[in-house]
Amino acid sequence: MKIRYFAWLRDHTGCAEEELDLPKELESVGDLARYLAGRSDGHAKAFADLKKVRVAIDQQFAAPDAPIKGASEIAFFPPVTGG
Amino acid sequence: MKFIRVSEADFSVEAELAALADRRAGAQVCFVGRVRDSSPDADLQSLTLEHYPGMTEAEIGRIAEMAAARWPLTGMRVIHRVGRLLPEEQIVLVAVASAHRKAAFEAAHFIMDYLKTEAPFWKAEQRADRREWVEAKQTDESARDSWAGSIGQD
Repeated sequence: MKIRYFAWLRDHTGCAEEELDLPKELESVGDLARYLAGRSDGHAKAFADLKKVRVAIDQQFAAPDAPIKGASEIAFFPPVTGG
Repeated sequence: MKFIRVSEADFSVEAELAALADRRAGAQVCFVGRVRDSSPDADLQSLTLEHYPGMTEAEIGRIAEMAAARWPLTGMRVIHRVGRLLPEEQIVLVAVASAHRKAAFEAAHFIMDYLKTEAPFWKAEQRADRREWVEAKQTDESARDSWAGSIGQD
């Protein structure tokens, strides 16, 4: 699955995207975030406060309890600040 | 009827309003957002806008469709710039046209409130000694939510 990071999450993880084979037991976006937090110190920092992290599954906003099964791209980013 | 562009290119307000000319449209409303220096030190050097290509255009399209379903618009144009911008430069344009002013004012306001909270853009400010990501404002979410009561026709 392709995982993408934007804005300060990318600053912390040190990469804009990574292609990962995920453990099958990960079911929700929240499970995935906790799993990714364990990948490096930078990832841990990016996911330290999940209240500040938003997520999109295949380019659609998703809730923390949304299932990730079947997704091809999941993106993590801060609350948006455009306009 | 709707035109959406996300790119580094600047825009001409005059040209965008001319593009909305329509014999049924007696009203045009245009909002322009510009790079602003919010610090007391006035030391903002530049603002860099990042986005999520693909999702950004889709979200703006969805917002535009909600507006079109709610007000009788004859046309709308949404342009959002990305990349590095200098203080005072134009960032965003929302221009709408309708037969009468009320629909045009409301639709432009609605589109901006949703764009602020649902289109995946992020701003980073470059100051003299540091780079900082702009934090989202709760007041922006409240502004969007104030429209929610009457969006039932979706």
